Amino acid sequence: MFKKIISLCLAVLMVAGLCVGLAGCTNANADFKIGVILLHDESSTYDKNFINGVEEAQKALGLSNSQVIIKKGIPEGNECYEAAKDLVAEGCKVVFADSFGHEDYMIKAAKEFPAVQFCHATGTKAHTEKLDNYHNAFASIYEGRYLAGIAAGLKLKAMMEADNTVQPHIGYVGAFTYAEVISGYTSFYLGVKEIVPSVTMDVQFTGSWYDETEEKSAANALLARGCVLISQHADSMGAPSACEDKGVPNVSYNGSTESSCPNTFIVSSRIDWAPYFKYICEQTMAGKAIETDWTGTIDTGSVKLTELGKKAPVADTQATIDRYQAELKAGTRHVFDTNNFTVGGEKLTSYKADVDTDDAFTPDTEVIKDGYFHESEFRSAPYFDIAIDGITKINEKF
Amino acid sequence: MASEHHNAVKEPLIHITKNAAMPFWKGLLIRAAAVLIAFLLCSILAFFLIGANPLEFFGAFIKGNFGSNAMMAKLRIWKLLKDTAILLLIALAVTPAFRMRFWNIGAEGQVLMSALAAAAVVYYGKGITQEWLLLVIMFVAAVAAGIIWSVLPAIFKALWNANETLFTLMMNYVASFFVAYALVKWTPDGSSVLGELKRGHLPSPGNEYLIFTLTVLLITGIMFVYLYYSKQGYEISVVGESQRTARYIGINVKKVIVRTMTLSGVLCGLAGFMIVAALDHTVTTTSVGGRGFTAIIVSWLAKFNPLIMIGTALLVVFLNQGAGQLATTFRVSFAFPDVVVGIVIFFVIGCEFFIRYKVHFRHKNRHAAEVPAPGGEGSGGSGENPEKEGGGGGERPAEVIPDKGGKLK
Repeated sequence: MFKKIISLCLAVLMVAGLCVGLAGCTNANADFKIGVILLHDESSTYDKNFINGVEEAQKALGLSNSQVIIKKGIPEGNECYEAAKDLVAEGCKVVFADSFGHEDYMIKAAKEFPAVQFCHATGTKAHTEKLDNYHNAFASIYEGRYLAGIAAGLKLKAMMEADNTVQPHIGYVGAFTYAEVISGYTSFYLGVKEIVPSVTMDVQFTGSWYDETEEKSAANALLARGCVLISQHADSMGAPSACEDKGVPNVSYNGSTESSCPNTFIVSSRIDWAPYFKYICEQTMAGKAIETDWTGTIDTGSVKLTELGKKAPVADTQATIDRYQAELKAGTRHVFDTNNFTVGGEKLTSYKADVDTDDAFTPDTEVIKDGYFHESEFRSAPYFDIAIDGITKINEKF
Repeated sequence: MASEHHNAVKEPLIHITKNAAMPFWKGLLIRAAAVLIAFLLCSILAFFLIGANPLEFFGAFIKGNFGSNAMMAKLRIWKLLKDTAILLLIALAVTPAFRMRFWNIGAEGQVLMSALAAAAVVYYGKGITQEWLLLVIMFVAAVAAGIIWSVLPAIFKALWNANETLFTLMMNYVASFFVAYALVKWTPDGSSVLGELKRGHLPSPGNEYLIFTLTVLLITGIMFVYLYYSKQGYEISVVGESQRTARYIGINVKKVIVRTMTLSGVLCGLAGFMIVAALDHTVTTTSVGGRGFTAIIVSWLAKFNPLIMIGTALLVVFLNQGAGQLATTFRVSFAFPDVVVGIVIFFVIGCEFFIRYKVHFRHKNRHAAEVPAPGGEGSGGSGENPEKEGGGGGERPAEVIPDKGGKLK
């Protein structure tokens, strides 16, 4: 009896071994693993966007669930370093983190494990740290916001033509007075201004990346100030739902809000992270280097606009967006063309941005050349932080 | 008890009486059974809700805490110990106050303010060149901040009987906004992310968490002796049982309240200091991450006994680690893992009822007389609360308050 059991166990073990072996044969990169560190879970639209991206890349590359390890709810502190180490221990060849505050802890892990690639979205330090295995990534989302601004501008123009009491005054709910946000709302404003040159914009900050109540009340405050169209850079449904309640058109971020705001949703821009995830997996599998600073563009499929809303946008919106998008792609149009905005009534001819991170936040790099502000070229994360004419910050505390 | 004549009175279906003394092992058995039943229930839920078979479900808890290879095991066991230690430290901080029925739910803010103070010393202390001196000042600042944040409600309670629960709760929000304000001020780029501080790191010979874990273990021992075998510890228990009795036997109740909350503040200060100097090396509004509240559960589950708290803190961290693994393995949001943690803790708390009380079911042929009459001894409150400020919660807490003399069962 005992012998029988032993032989049965052996047989099972051998079959199992064969299965593993065969499975290994079918995929040349069977031992490849990528680890993904996320600040929150699916409940945040920001993190959800990364989850969608990595799952899409996983599908495209034919990786199994055990090869793509997603750790959610990792705070911006020692726990990020712990999570990165843990992913290395589990066999990940490349580790990715999605939140700005993760950066220092990713760098710490990168120094400890030189054979593993560490990639960080929204970070600013890769080009100055000069580690072979630490990389930053972002996308030229300002181009997406500019195009969304075009769609908003067309709507605003139509509203003004239909009712001559409508003032070209729009609002924007921002998170912090941080370059990423400033670059975002300025490009959106310039998009609207392209269609309605007389437009002005108020910006209300919330001091948080995700605070539904604050975002809603900020949107309502803007509406009370007479704004006739609202956009936002914050991760909750606060501003879109405030707009839907009041029937005010809204340009969203991170994804379509058509389903919950069918009457007011115009369009939303978002960063599609799938191309980047695909890129870092392929480079790592092939043993090739990953770019220190990777900026996704419209071309790489990283900067995307969602489908237009069914009710709010005006008729020829898609055609106009396509036309502007083609010009941006061709390089004949630049979002931050210095002919299109003024600072203190003057045209900008020179500006030093804080591209290299240091404790004193010293401006270090000349970013205006050939008549436009070169955003996301000297590093992937945005550094446009200029207050241009026509935009009023309602609160500057953040 | 001659109730032969009262057959007309119908015996209730379920009858509850107080369980005077249950052997230690039996209580332990009931608790273990509760955890087991909770896990079984969760694994059934997991099967239907996230499609995890029981093996995968339990596997996630094993993997979450011990990993799936040697390197992971080492990392995850240390993480388990370290997370337990930090939670235990904060639980120890809230415990003395709870023993005197001062419902301090402000540990979150007290630790956060201490962390902020420690980080502020590093931020502004660029002129302090010696690392050890910087660490000493960080420690002093953290402890001072912890004391201020905990003594303030204590003074209001002692002098004007202000409700300490609301007071300490509100102080949490104030602390969080202080941190948000400091971050805005310290990051001119507007990111509100301070990043890793380059200085003020505690040395870490051996494993990076070794010293920290041992320190907390030592403090646990000291707190046990302090609460159970010192005069001050006894005074805390007496104040908790009855402030009138305490006054009658000459205990200065106000002094005990303020002194005990100072002790809480010191321990919170230590926790905040450790978070900045030994773990995160930064401060964010979520540096404490809800541990200030979880610590309350840890302390209550252990009936305010520091030694048992090692076990309850370990249980809570074990659950959280396993829950995190569930989210990773099954690609689900934290909603389901949080439900699992909630169910297990609910069962653990709920089983106390079966330890403290006996449940009698009506038997067909049994005489009603065999069961003692309801009411009377079943009310279970060990002390009348002269202040009556406990409101609706007054009765339940009374049952969990440990024995006066503090003998370990």
